[in-house]
Amino acid sequence: MSGPSDYQPQNAVLKWVERRLPIGGLIHSSFIAYPTPRNLNYWWTFGAILSMMLAVQIITGIVLAMHYTPHVDMAFKSVEGIMRDVNYGWLLRYMHSNGASMFFIAVYVHMFRGLYYGSYKEPREVLWILGVIIYLLMMATGFMGYVLPWGQMSFWGATVITNLFSAIPYVGDSIVTLLWGGYSVGNPTLNRFFSLHYLLPFVIAGVVVLHVWALHVVGQNNPAGVEPKTEKDTVPFTPYATIKDSFGMACFLIFFAWFLFYTPNFLGDPDNYVPANPGVTPAHIVPEWYYLPFYAILRSIPSKLGGVIAMFSAIIVLAFLPWLDGAKVRSARYRPLAKQFFWIFVVDCLLLGWLGAKPAEGVYVVAARILTAYYFFHFLILLPILSRVETARPVPNSIADDVLRKSGAKAVVSAVAILAVGGLALLGNVSSARAQGHEQPMPPGLSWSFAGPFGKFDQGQLQRGLKVYKEVCSACHSLNYVAFRNLADQGGPSYSEAQAEAFASEYKIKDGPNDQGDMFERPGRAADYFPAPFPNEQAARAANGGALPPDLSLMAKARGYDRGFPLFVFDLFRQFQEKGPNYIVAILTGYEDAPQGFTLPPGGNYNLYFPGHSIGMPKPLSDGQVTYDDGSPQTVQQYATDVAAFLMWTAEPKLESRKRLGLQVMLFLIILSGMLYFTKRKVWADAH
Amino acid sequence: MTTSTSAEPTRRDFLYVATGAVAAVGAVATAWPFISQMNPDASTVAAGAPIDVDLAPVAEGQAIKVFWRGKPIYIMNRSKKEVEEARAVPLSQLPDPQTDQSRVKEGHDQWLVVIGICTHLGCIPIAHQGDYDGFFCPCHGSQYDTSGRIRRGPAPANLPVPPYAFLTDTKIKIG
Repeated sequence: MSGPSDYQPQNAVLKWVERRLPIGGLIHSSFIAYPTPRNLNYWWTFGAILSMMLAVQIITGIVLAMHYTPHVDMAFKSVEGIMRDVNYGWLLRYMHSNGASMFFIAVYVHMFRGLYYGSYKEPREVLWILGVIIYLLMMATGFMGYVLPWGQMSFWGATVITNLFSAIPYVGDSIVTLLWGGYSVGNPTLNRFFSLHYLLPFVIAGVVVLHVWALHVVGQNNPAGVEPKTEKDTVPFTPYATIKDSFGMACFLIFFAWFLFYTPNFLGDPDNYVPANPGVTPAHIVPEWYYLPFYAILRSIPSKLGGVIAMFSAIIVLAFLPWLDGAKVRSARYRPLAKQFFWIFVVDCLLLGWLGAKPAEGVYVVAARILTAYYFFHFLILLPILSRVETARPVPNSIADDVLRKSGAKAVVSAVAILAVGGLALLGNVSSARAQGHEQPMPPGLSWSFAGPFGKFDQGQLQRGLKVYKEVCSACHSLNYVAFRNLADQGGPSYSEAQAEAFASEYKIKDGPNDQGDMFERPGRAADYFPAPFPNEQAARAANGGALPPDLSLMAKARGYDRGFPLFVFDLFRQFQEKGPNYIVAILTGYEDAPQGFTLPPGGNYNLYFPGHSIGMPKPLSDGQVTYDDGSPQTVQQYATDVAAFLMWTAEPKLESRKRLGLQVMLFLIILSGMLYFTKRKVWADAH
Repeated sequence: MTTSTSAEPTRRDFLYVATGAVAAVGAVATAWPFISQMNPDASTVAAGAPIDVDLAPVAEGQAIKVFWRGKPIYIMNRSKKEVEEARAVPLSQLPDPQTDQSRVKEGHDQWLVVIGICTHLGCIPIAHQGDYDGFFCPCHGSQYDTSGRIRRGPAPANLPVPPYAFLTDTKIKIG
């Protein structure tokens, strides 16, 4: 497509460089003069969106690596340090973690677009296969990145995924040991995953260059699926595609910013805010949402090796698509049957994703098997047959003809609707998969001052909650990630620095060794962290009948529960992020007498909302236990609400600045998108 | 460049320029968090709080080294002779003229507190060495006197005095 460049620099320096390295000509022919079909729709902007997301991930990733420590004892803490102490660290980390999801959303749209319009067909086979390679690399990179925070899901995800390789006959176990660098997932594993997680994005970038190169050799496909024939069929990349892509990217950024600023943990798993524990597996191991369809395929096969083969085949089969689908007509627009089967396939994938998040039992297993069978049936049997028997409708003579006919606006709208509904069902299902399977009532939803886009902490409430923590909870529960100085931070309980210092000095902090080599106690300083009530885990267990009182710093983000359909869909729109505080209040007020027939294990206490109903902690609060100076009611309900709000602040100390910056970014992006839209219309006015 | 550039600016041009300007503002604003994150984080800033140092164990003629904000601080209990040496030097002989009195706290004339980082390229000078009984930097041979002032060598300035105050006669707060 892009022949010898006619780029002629005027500037003498540029001329000098151009004769020695024709990079200006390369850029000019690739991104300015490059002819692009004039009938491309907005699904084609996802290529640019993907490039943008790759750049976002690489840049934020490089920055996060400056603050992250890849060591099993420090990884979790260093991530919390990023969230709490690094300037804008919360923004960069949420950008990176949500950015991964956005990257996958965009790549799935991009892939389905290719499937629908037959973008994999001759002469674009290599282009398509390079895309499949990029997708595989993305999956590997995303998986290893998820391991780095070293939470419970990180650790157990790493264990489960590396164990996939143990299914290989004879050498499987040796390969797994090789991957781990030890007898189990441990520090060597974390170190090599960090190294590879840093490396692979650059490999992706390299393959993306090949992908774009191949694209520029064969030219873009288009909704009509006919090759450009004359000048009239194409427009130059700049300004036409540039401005359209820019508008698409700006709209996508609005979508991204919604998650980033308002529901940053919607797509994550609460369990990953619990530090990795090699001794306890979370009740529900669920991969990140973007792997769920393949996870469902893996689990649907009742043999270990078979499941692994099926899962990998589900991806590899894509690479053979150009030869499985032999139809000469590219675009499903002119293939009435293929079009319908395409949408059935989309639904099949979405349902597989839904099943991937469900427990592998009962009817779910049967459904997953049927859908898995259909997945392979679609590629291996349906498409080859369809390409022989289907009679296609006539395709337009040229792209220019297609533009004049201009149909399919309705199809786009319905496609968007289907994808949106399906995507939401999938997303919501992911969040619903978390805390399922226990017969316990849903914690009552309370109204919180920090809910919603303009939510702010109630400072009086945080101060009362701190008092409850100090006088009651701190007897057993640590608050390891909170420093006394944080009490004076903006968007917190708003003590003055002197008050925080005075508060700290009431504590005795172990320090040392001094010049004699002895440890000693000194009054706390603002820079110190809340001291833990027990010197180590063993001491904590010994004092609590074998149960370990968990650290409370992240409790409000580390607990969730199933809200069920369709609440979770609304949750995304109304920015519901208060499961943790609701749950904490429910636990603290949920102590009851055990019902008839319920036998409590020794040392257990009956709690309506605790999973399994038997909780080690005895009822901690009673009316009048803590004295409030501000006249608030001294009831269990009030104590529980106050301490839950306080713990929401300790878990998400930057909540207020996040929402404030979010509003500014949203307003900016909406204005920018609007301006880009009108600019795009002006630019394209000439082309229509 | 075609002839259209010489025409009157149109509404279309205005839209293009305005859109480009808004996008540019966004790009610049986006860069800020990526630059700001390089600054010391809150825990580092908090750890840089002032420290108390007990001077009682430091005998006359002795020097101790403490760390504040990752920097070595020399605290020197100078002998009478060392103080007199420092005060006898005419300012005109000094590359970076400062009186000894201005580098110590009044009433605590024997105590010299300086940041022990050579002002040349950041090495740590050795105390009680060199031709001036002060500090000698082993890297490039800079020599400081008993007041921590540069006397010879490539260093351009005296060893800086950190902010500190006497809490009691035997206790100082650095920072």
